[in-house]
Amino acid sequence: MNSIRTRRVLLSAALLALPLSACATAKDKPATTAKKAPPVRYARNPYPSTYHGYPGTPTLVRNVTVFDGEGGRIDGGAVLFADGKVVAVGQTLDAPAGATVIDGQGKYVTPGVVDIHSHLGDYPTPSVQAHSDGNEATAPITADVWAEHSVWPQDPGFGRALANGGVTTLQILPGSANLMGGRSVVLKNVYARTMQAMKFPGAPYGLKMACGENPKRVYGSKNREPSTRMGNVAVDRQTWAKAVAYKRKWDKYEAEGGDAPDRDIGMDTLRGVLSGEIMVQNHCYRADEMAIVLDMAKEFGYHVTAFHHAVEAYKIADLLKSSGTCAAVWADWYGFKMESYDGIGENLAILENAGACAMIHSDDENGIQRLNQEVAKVLSSARHSGIQISDAAAWKWLSLAPAKALGIDAQTGSLKPGKMADVVLWNGNPFSVYTRPEKVWVDGALLYDANDPKRRPVSDFELGQPGSGDVK
Amino acid sequence: MKRALLLLATMLATPAAAQTVAITGGTVAIGDGSAPIEGGTVVIANGRIVAAGRGVAVPAGAQVIDAAGKWVSAGVVSALTDLSLVDADGVQESNDAGARNSPFKAAIDVSLAVNPAAVKIANERLFGVTRAIVTPSAESSIFAGQGAIIDLGADPDAVTRPRAFQFVELGEGGGKLAGGSRPAAYALLRDAFAQAQDFRRNPAAFDGRSRDALVTRADAEALLRVLDGQVPLLAHVERAADIRNVLALPREYPKLRLVLVGVTEGWLVAREIAAAKVPVIAAALADLPAQFENLAATESNVGRLRAAGVPVALASTGASGGDHVLRQFAGNLVAIARIPGATGLDWGQAFASITSGPAEAIGMGGEIGSLRAGRRADVVIWDGDPLELSSVPVATWIDGVSQPMRSRQTELRDRYLAPTEGALPKAYERR
Repeated sequence: MNSIRTRRVLLSAALLALPLSACATAKDKPATTAKKAPPVRYARNPYPSTYHGYPGTPTLVRNVTVFDGEGGRIDGGAVLFADGKVVAVGQTLDAPAGATVIDGQGKYVTPGVVDIHSHLGDYPTPSVQAHSDGNEATAPITADVWAEHSVWPQDPGFGRALANGGVTTLQILPGSANLMGGRSVVLKNVYARTMQAMKFPGAPYGLKMACGENPKRVYGSKNREPSTRMGNVAVDRQTWAKAVAYKRKWDKYEAEGGDAPDRDIGMDTLRGVLSGEIMVQNHCYRADEMAIVLDMAKEFGYHVTAFHHAVEAYKIADLLKSSGTCAAVWADWYGFKMESYDGIGENLAILENAGACAMIHSDDENGIQRLNQEVAKVLSSARHSGIQISDAAAWKWLSLAPAKALGIDAQTGSLKPGKMADVVLWNGNPFSVYTRPEKVWVDGALLYDANDPKRRPVSDFELGQPGSGDVK
Repeated sequence: MKRALLLLATMLATPAAAQTVAITGGTVAIGDGSAPIEGGTVVIANGRIVAAGRGVAVPAGAQVIDAAGKWVSAGVVSALTDLSLVDADGVQESNDAGARNSPFKAAIDVSLAVNPAAVKIANERLFGVTRAIVTPSAESSIFAGQGAIIDLGADPDAVTRPRAFQFVELGEGGGKLAGGSRPAAYALLRDAFAQAQDFRRNPAAFDGRSRDALVTRADAEALLRVLDGQVPLLAHVERAADIRNVLALPREYPKLRLVLVGVTEGWLVAREIAAAKVPVIAAALADLPAQFENLAATESNVGRLRAAGVPVALASTGASGGDHVLRQFAGNLVAIARIPGATGLDWGQAFASITSGPAEAIGMGGEIGSLRAGRRADVVIWDGDPLELSSVPVATWIDGVSQPMRSRQTELRDRYLAPTEGALPKAYERR
């Protein structure tokens, strides 16, 4: 996990850097000649977040079971948040004057769920062809596309993920048709008129990569490279080699000035990966392929933040641990394609047991509504296989682990004072099938309340349609 | 003899199906919609349920199994699944669910593709699924063909009833298959039924074998069984207007035995469905406007249908986690009953929606899907509430035969519980 933290710090530095700040590193270089023009940095954040938290009241939820998202559990505990931030978590807390006090007898409080793998917005419902915006399947390398330019903020799925799933943060990825599918975007799960107004402030970008059957099938069927797994790796390596050269040119220019190299929007993204600003989110099923990708990352000097789906991650839990690479997985999906044939319900449990970084993910507009239940299934498989994992520890898979793998764990993912008040009150144990969210707060604002139909979002698309405003 | 061989093969220390077994002391879930019964007894003999409930006497000579602290239930019936037709869905070579390039449509009989040794059968059996309503997928016509009822037992005799129903697409998907519109799908349906009747009236004059015949003789024969009500017609529709169109079909074809499938907007026409006495096999938790035919989708659909008196079963279609996701679906329907404004099911109704519900929908409620006397003895002992995510089966009987509790998935798990290799490669690690 250290490597992930390092990358986040690097990114923050990059975001803060002003166009001329590169001279701070110029002292290590030979003195620039007077003839060279000073370097001009290209914008790293041209579509900036305009998200803001909505107003909330200081709120104390007490007499509840708390999973703090970091493995801690307090029975009969309390959570206090105000001004959009978590203030305190403890056994007993006093309510500040004017605070809303909720007695949570029999209920549970957790951090909001973070889904690291979603296509809400870029494959929105209705799933008509006109909404198919997740795969730029016209070339195997499309590092130049950004998922945020496809996200439709009116996707009805966002509201379902909030109300039924307690999801407060999610990463929207390009699809897996391409080897390098483009940049991801991290969103707060709060409806807005624009994508920018949903964008998680300061979250690093991700690069979606894919190995295995999808890219070779998509391009093989067009009779072009890659049509095999070896073709997948060949195209990746060729592209990384170019990216290394691109980075060298631009690093030199940004340090020394002179004539600016040609811009290449896709190469900007790969340069961001090579310099640790952009995290690699790599779709990959098979254990042997993940091992090859890890070597390829070493070869070109980048880090794979997480393998997604990683149906066979359990076979190489030790390798993932030593590489500091996470696995974001389903609970029990298997058998729907050749590379998912060896899926087992113990995948996540074996990873955890081996000390590897692991988490749950959805990749599905229905599954995202029940990620807590997916973890409950993992816990059942674990315990029936003799692997003991506590409920409180398992909540890490739903919030802190994905927050870390998104580089936003300083802001969200657990109920630590000072973090965003992304909080779910469940009407029972969230690992029971009989439990649902009762209230969901995002940055301290109450945005779903099962008892108040006015606190239930209705996207533009659903407004005025049959069942508009109904429970969904 | 077959069963005896099976028992030897699987090295089970259990009695043959003929022996009487009494499972005592558990919480019994019959699967007929009734509430669970604490401290009940289930007696099975000759592959059938003898009795289940409270105060059931243990017959002399019965093998007694103590299920105190456990649950004893009917096995789960997976409705609308490609289980046993497919090894891996995306692997076309392994996939017999549809036949895009076949000249035959309604005639297709999926029972001939059932593979009792498919690894998914054992995988799903270990999670409590004991029967399946195996359904072809429509790829070259609105008619998908004839589905089969199978059991998930560890034996070669999987097919309980072949050619048990016909499946037809009549919503958005039907329109596409028929050439581009819903009216085209209805034109096709009516013409196919008319041709089937032509075939009955004068088989000798019926074309049916020329290259441009719209309906083959085999298709006509299959459709006559539908028109005569010998088998139910499962019609996939989602939109309220499409549901009404299907409900109107018996005015033209009075012997049709309709079952509605999908039905995400069913709650809008629940009273009409109930009045028509048509059962529904519904997508349990479909709450998104997945297409323009699902705009009114809500998780309360099943609850509202049930409240209006419609018999509802749940479909496992498209469950990437396997057919056993059905019990999670059913549990969620209990959960939403606690949400203000939502309508769910009580526990008994929810459990029935994945046991007797699907069995009754296809006219086999007297044979499978519950622990009522006389049904085939598909019995599961669970270590807790069968709808709860923390529970798993600890013992399973199908047709009264005790089933092995291993699968390819347990083999993989055991090989990799400790992922590092030992003295020899992993390929040498097995039980």
